[in-house]
Amino acid sequence: MIFLTIGTHEPFDRLIRAVDQWCARSGRGSDILGQITDRATYQPEHFRAVAALDPQTYRKTCEEASLIISHAGMGSIITAMTYGKPIVVLPRRGHLNETRNDHQHATAERFGGRRGVYVALTEDDLPNVLDEVLANADASPTETTPQDALLSPFADPNLIAALRDFIQQK
Amino acid sequence: MTRPTKVLAIASAGGHFVQLCRLMPAWEGCDLRVASSDRALEREAAEAAQAAGLPAPRFHQVTEANRWQPVRLFRTVFNVTRLMVTFRPDVVVTTGAAPGYLALRMGRLIGARTIWIDSIANAEQLSLSGRKAGPHADLWLTQWSHLETESGPKYKGSVL
Repeated sequence: MIFLTIGTHEPFDRLIRAVDQWCARSGRGSDILGQITDRATYQPEHFRAVAALDPQTYRKTCEEASLIISHAGMGSIITAMTYGKPIVVLPRRGHLNETRNDHQHATAERFGGRRGVYVALTEDDLPNVLDEVLANADASPTETTPQDALLSPFADPNLIAALRDFIQQK
Repeated sequence: MTRPTKVLAIASAGGHFVQLCRLMPAWEGCDLRVASSDRALEREAAEAAQAAGLPAPRFHQVTEANRWQPVRLFRTVFNVTRLMVTFRPDVVVTTGAAPGYLALRMGRLIGARTIWIDSIANAEQLSLSGRKAGPHADLWLTQWSHLETESGPKYKGSVL
């Protein structure tokens, strides 16, 4: 199963449409579940979509997915890294009013080099990135799904220590 | 014996909340309450606490709003004010966004010490609320070392 998630707050029609068009061509639509918010104006024709998933179902869906397709939101990226799932991200853009600024573009550039995190900078790049990641996953699943590089469930111990220090100063 | 430090950890649903939960081990020994905009996140907070060996924190729902939603923002102010008055936290910690910013400002007003941890999503510049929160935060942090400056924010590591 491939899980498409566009985040909690804002619609992201550009990604939904790009995935829908990719499904029309690749025939992968029946593998996909999309979470598209209740403000999506584009309704996909080739895959099943829901507005929202409760947090537990969201987590379970990520766990069961073989691939996550997402906006370049840190919640999605951290969740994918926690479960060792490959994630393909398309950053929201400020000039398209998909977010207030281009922070997702910066996120995509910063995290794009990490194992298991794949970036499509534009919707035109998305089909190729998806085809490539899926082809690699079939050829070498451990490389694409970094089960040996699972993110620890908690923050950098240095950050935790700094917060503990702060709590103890009175 | 002194009473445990009362900590209010607050963040909007989604990525902000995911980051907040990753800080859980820091609140060991504290009287912790967690607030967010989706009631269903109570269980996520409880599970993160359990994984860190902490008891399940009490959870409070606050209305999500941004600065362009004045009516919703008013409800957020009401929710957060009530939480401040009833819980009277010693420390307010947030990873954003707007409800966390409000909680930090109100926490300061009632004498709480405040922590702003700017979201790891802001890799090129601090968020707008993060810049506004700075002067009111006792601990003002960025998660990117290259955004640290002499006058703040400081870098102490990230949620990853």
